[in-house]
Amino acid sequence: MIDNPDKSNRANADKGFRWTLARRKVVWAYIFLAIPIIFFAYIRIYPALFAFQMSLHDYNPLAAEQPYVGLENYEKLLDELNKRKSPTKAAFQNTANYLLLGVPIQLCLALMISLMLNEIRFMSTFYRIMFFLPFVTSTIAIAWVFRMLYQPRFGLINVMLQLVSLPQQPFLNSPKQALPSVLSLVIWQGMGFAVIIFLAGLKQIPRTYYEAAEVDGASRWHTFRFITLPLLNPTIVFLLVLQTISFLRMFAPVLAMTEQGRGGPLDATTTVVLRVYREAFTSFNMGYASSLTVVLFVFILIITIIQLRVTARRIN
Amino acid sequence: MESITPSNLFRERSDSRAVGSGRGEWKYRAFSYLVLTVCALTMGVPFIWMLSTSFKPEKEILRRNFFPNQATVDNYSEVVTETDLPLWYKNSFIVAVFSTISVAFFDSLAGYVFAKYQFPGKRPIFIIFLTSLMVPTEMLIIPWFIMSSNPPIGGTWVDTYWGIAFPGVITASGIFLMRQFMQGVPDELLDAGRIDGVSEFGLYWRVAVPLSLPAIGALCIFNFLGNWNAFIWPLIATSKSEMFTLPVGIQLFSSEAQTPWNLIMTGASLSVVPLLIVVIIFQRYIIEGIALTGLKG
Repeated sequence: MIDNPDKSNRANADKGFRWTLARRKVVWAYIFLAIPIIFFAYIRIYPALFAFQMSLHDYNPLAAEQPYVGLENYEKLLDELNKRKSPTKAAFQNTANYLLLGVPIQLCLALMISLMLNEIRFMSTFYRIMFFLPFVTSTIAIAWVFRMLYQPRFGLINVMLQLVSLPQQPFLNSPKQALPSVLSLVIWQGMGFAVIIFLAGLKQIPRTYYEAAEVDGASRWHTFRFITLPLLNPTIVFLLVLQTISFLRMFAPVLAMTEQGRGGPLDATTTVVLRVYREAFTSFNMGYASSLTVVLFVFILIITIIQLRVTARRIN
Repeated sequence: MESITPSNLFRERSDSRAVGSGRGEWKYRAFSYLVLTVCALTMGVPFIWMLSTSFKPEKEILRRNFFPNQATVDNYSEVVTETDLPLWYKNSFIVAVFSTISVAFFDSLAGYVFAKYQFPGKRPIFIIFLTSLMVPTEMLIIPWFIMSSNPPIGGTWVDTYWGIAFPGVITASGIFLMRQFMQGVPDELLDAGRIDGVSEFGLYWRVAVPLSLPAIGALCIFNFLGNWNAFIWPLIATSKSEMFTLPVGIQLFSSEAQTPWNLIMTGASLSVVPLLIVVIIFQRYIIEGIALTGLKG
């Protein structure tokens, strides 16, 4: 190491010194990056390729052999989706339902709350903390709390329904109500994150725009419609993508809130990732489970590419 | 997406942006406070219910009272003595602390290199790191499981701390965040250090790190929280109750026929407490970090 260029060397040609320095920096850059490169190659990239490869095999870790089956796992997946009823089909349908209901509801509520929160001063830190609290809490812990809230007879929600003389509801025990019940938890928990991001986005909007609108006598709705909403667009796209991906990956709440974590009743709440988990770790059909994760990956990839396109177009 | 750095999340608002003061303004204010209060209550009630249930004696669980009639700490002593919860606590803590230290060091080092060094292959390596963000954990858990049962070093990684922690010891998002932040470290300062004979690692350790402490702090907090709450991989990487982390333990609490609601709520309460402590301890640190990142944003 030439860490300490001694003083006589300083008189050397400036060019020579710089060349050594540049080369030394390259060497050090690779030394510093060595462990991260090994990590990403071995813990992130290789397993991702391995998952692709597994999806082409009948991969059962308990069996002696893992025969290559080509696209059979994907054909099986298509068959399942074409059946009138199958757990896999239910998983895809439910995931779509969670996503198409959850993302708009969550973002609209969060936008409303952050607009209000942005204009108040008194107690604003308190509200912020209240909204952020669920987000930093363990999903499993809070899902069990919600599961208890939904219980018949002694669950808080049914107790309150009875107080106001409304009929008792089965919630998690009913195939119809189970999905919205699980969804409520997810919306409730993710809300704080969306609120905080919206608040950060609102802060980026130059104040002068609002002052100009005020001078022009614009109504609150017009200010929102023609200033806040367009300027908040990057934040909305960002949140849309992030929340869509997080809904696609939904797993823990369903596992915690349904009987034996099966995604019931009657597959009413099961999700793609829950199917992956059950296929891989209870049935040990790891090849088939991997093909499901590949499909999940493709969905996420498409969403990310759309996001990049949208963001790039705005810059142009 | 520069506005979405973790430190931005906590930034305090510096001005109130009242629009159209006058015209029915107070009505809107009152309406805002009403809506916000209702929402804040909705956010808070499940926590209060959780705590209140954790202090209820078993026979009161099926009754309809919100608060316990005869508050007791029996649930807590039962959970601590009769279950492995203290172990789960310890495991969660060890895993979260270990990953956080590792992330703080490696993410900031890699971020520093990407921000301050020119070297062949820089762009492709950075892009590969970022691309790994698109691969969902769910896709990797099955290969990780196979790798853990048959690793290159050691007999098996299943039921070891390393086995639980390894996926999170370096994070791409953290490297990206640190790169953004390290770009603000003045080159003149680094060059001055080089002339004074400071080693390259010394420049990172004694110049770049001290200047980025707020960002590293924010990274640590988010990472600790993420690891403390991590679920799907710890669920798969552990099979023995002694090695469970808190979320895994709470999930597998009720494997018996009867659901012990009071004990689950006690466990849930106990898992939320350290998190509050973390947030309170680092509160000032967070705000300082925000002030700095705020200058850039």
